[in-house]
Amino acid sequence: MADNDKENAAAYWKANVRLITWSLVVWALVSYGFGILLRPMLSGIPVGGTDLGFWFAQQGSIIMFIAIIFHYAWRLNKLDKEFGVEE
Amino acid sequence: MSQYWINMLFVGASFLLYIGIAIWARAGSTKEFYVAGGGVHPVTNGMATAADWMSAASFISMAGIIASGGYGTSVYLMGWTGGYVLLAMLLAPYLRKFGKFTVPDFIGDRFYSRGARLVAVICLILISVTYVIGQMSGAGVAFSRFLEVSNDTGIWLAAAIVFAYAVFGGMKGITYTQVAQYVVLIIAYTIPAVFIAFQLTGNPIPMFGMFGTDLQSGVPLLDRLDTVVQDLGFAAYTADVDNKLNMFLFTLSLMIGTAGLPHVIIRFFTVPKVADARWSAGWTLIFIAMLYLTAPAVASMARLNLVDTIYPEGPTAAPIEYDARPGWVRTWEQTGLIKFEDKNHDGRIQMYNDANAAFTPTAQERGWMGNELTVNNDIIVLANPEIANLPGWVIGLIAAGAIAAALSTAAGLLLAISSAVSHDLIKTIINPNISEKNEMLTARLSMTGAIILATWLGLNPPGFAAQVVALAFGLAASSLFPALMMGIFSKRVNSKGAIAGMLVGLISTSVYIFLYLGWFFIPGTNTFANVPGEWMFGISPQGFGAIGAILNFGVAYAVSLSTEAPPKEIQELVESVRTPKGAGVAIAH
Repeated sequence: MADNDKENAAAYWKANVRLITWSLVVWALVSYGFGILLRPMLSGIPVGGTDLGFWFAQQGSIIMFIAIIFHYAWRLNKLDKEFGVEE
Repeated sequence: MSQYWINMLFVGASFLLYIGIAIWARAGSTKEFYVAGGGVHPVTNGMATAADWMSAASFISMAGIIASGGYGTSVYLMGWTGGYVLLAMLLAPYLRKFGKFTVPDFIGDRFYSRGARLVAVICLILISVTYVIGQMSGAGVAFSRFLEVSNDTGIWLAAAIVFAYAVFGGMKGITYTQVAQYVVLIIAYTIPAVFIAFQLTGNPIPMFGMFGTDLQSGVPLLDRLDTVVQDLGFAAYTADVDNKLNMFLFTLSLMIGTAGLPHVIIRFFTVPKVADARWSAGWTLIFIAMLYLTAPAVASMARLNLVDTIYPEGPTAAPIEYDARPGWVRTWEQTGLIKFEDKNHDGRIQMYNDANAAFTPTAQERGWMGNELTVNNDIIVLANPEIANLPGWVIGLIAAGAIAAALSTAAGLLLAISSAVSHDLIKTIINPNISEKNEMLTARLSMTGAIILATWLGLNPPGFAAQVVALAFGLAASSLFPALMMGIFSKRVNSKGAIAGMLVGLISTSVYIFLYLGWFFIPGTNTFANVPGEWMFGISPQGFGAIGAILNFGVAYAVSLSTEAPPKEIQELVESVRTPKGAGVAIAH
C-alpha cells in the first residue's frame, strides 16, 4: 500500500469510528437510558396509560435501533465514496 | 372439517413448500453449501436472518413471559433486538469483507493460531448445541399440541424435514426455506394480534392499540391492566424494578450475546457486498421488529383478557363459576397447560397472587384458600386465536408458524455446527489437502451427524432445557463477541491475549452459571440457591455474560500489551478488513 492510501484508509477508519461512537451513544440512551436507568425521571411524561420510559422499553428502543442502523449504513456508504474505498 | 384436519392441512402444506425448496435449491459446491454462493439479496437475507434468529422461544413463549412479568421483562425486547445495532456497526461488514466461511475462520486467521481457532470452535459448538436442544424440544411440543402425535414422533418428524433441506441444500437450501418460514410465522403471529387489538381498543395495529383506550371501560388499556392486576394482589404491570443494575447487565448480556451468536453472524456472509451486510442488518431488524413490536401488545392484551375471562364482573366481584368457563379453557385444560384446583370448594375459579402477604387479609375476607388457576406462559400465544373467537384456520396457521419458528432456527444452528466441524476442524486443522468434492461430502456428513446429535438430545433432554438459553447467550457474549470485536478494532491484540481472554470469559461465565443452576446443569448440585438475595452484587446468572465479556476484554489487552505485537501481515489483514474496497465473493482457502 502506498503512503497516501494508508493515510486515506486511516482517515476513513477514524471517521467510521467517530460515527460508530455517536451511534452507540444514541443506542445506549434509548435503551439503557430512557428504557431502564432514566425511567424514574421520565415518569412525569404520560404515554397511553403509562409513562415514556415504559414506551421506550417496549417499543421506542426497537424503533430507534432500526433508525440507527439505517442511518449508519447510509452515512457510511457516503463516506465510502468520499474516501474512494467503496467496492 | 375438524380442527385436527385443518392443522394437518396447514402444517402439511408448509412441509411440501419446504421440501419443494429443498429440491430446487440443492448446493453444488462448498461455497453454496457454506454461504449460499454469496449472492443473496440483502432484503432476502434480512428475512432469512429474522427467521434464523426468531426461535420457538420468541414465537411461543416470549409474549407469555412478558404478560406475566410486565415491565421488568422488557429486557428480552431490548436485549434481543439491540444486538443487531452492534452486529451492523462492529462485526458483520468487516467479517463479510474478510470473506471466509465460518466464525472460527476469522479468529484462527486474525490471531494466527490453531489454538485460537480450536477455542473458537469449542465455544461455537457449546453455544450452538445448547441452543439447538431448545429448538428440537420446541418443535416436539408444537407437533404434539396441534397434530396429536407423541412428543418423540414430533421430534423425529422435525429432524426428517430439516434433514431434507439442510443436508442437500446447505446454506442455500436453508436460506430460501427460512424466507418461506418467516412469511408463515409472521402471518400466523400477526392475524390473531390484529383481531384482539381491534376488539379491545378499536385500533387494528397492536403496537398502537396497546397504548390506546380500552373500549369497554373508556380508560387507557395499560391503566386498566395495572388496576385489575393490583386488585388481585399482583404487582402493577408497568411498575418499575428495584434492581436496575441487574436489568442493565441482563439486557447488555442479551445484546452482546445476540451479536456473538455464530449462526446469526454467518448469515451475513451470504450477501454480495460489504455495504449489503450493513443494509441487511437493518432489514433483519425490521423483520424481527414486526414480531417484537407486536409481542408486548399481545402480552398486555392477553393478560387483560385472562383477568376479564375469570372475573367477568371485575376483580372485586365474584369470579366465574368453573362450569361456566369458556371453551378455550376447556380445550387447553386437556393439555395440562391450564390447571384448576378448587381449593375452597366453592365451584368458582379464584386467580390471584397468593404469595403476596399484604394481600392475604383481603383473600381471607373473600373466603379464598389459595390461587386455583395455573396458566402456562405458552398459552398466551397458543390460545390467542380461540380467546379472540377466530376461525379454525387461524389455529392451523399458529400450528404451522410455531413449527416454522423452531425449524428455521434449528437449521441455522445445525449449519453453524457442521461448517465448524467440516471446514475448521477437518479441512483446516486435520487435513488441509482435502479436495473440494471430499470437503462437500464431509460437510454433508457433519450436517447429518449434527442432526442425529440434536435429535438424540431432543429425545433425551438433559434436564436443564430451561437454563440452556442463559448459557448460550452468556457464552456468546463472554467468549466470541469480544474476540471478534478486538480482532477488528485493535491491531495490538495478539494470539496469546485473544486465547487467554476467550478462556477467561468462557470459564468465568460458565462457573457463575453453574454456581446457581447446578454444576454442568446437574440438578441439585448448585452451590448457592438461585434467588436474588444470593446473587453476588445482585447480578443474576443470566446477566453475568456482560461481566464475562468485560473480563475477556481486560485480560486480552493486559496479556497482549505485555507480550509481542502481532506480525506485520496480521496488522495489514486488520487494515484490509476495515475498508470495503477489494472485497471479493466469499472464498475458500
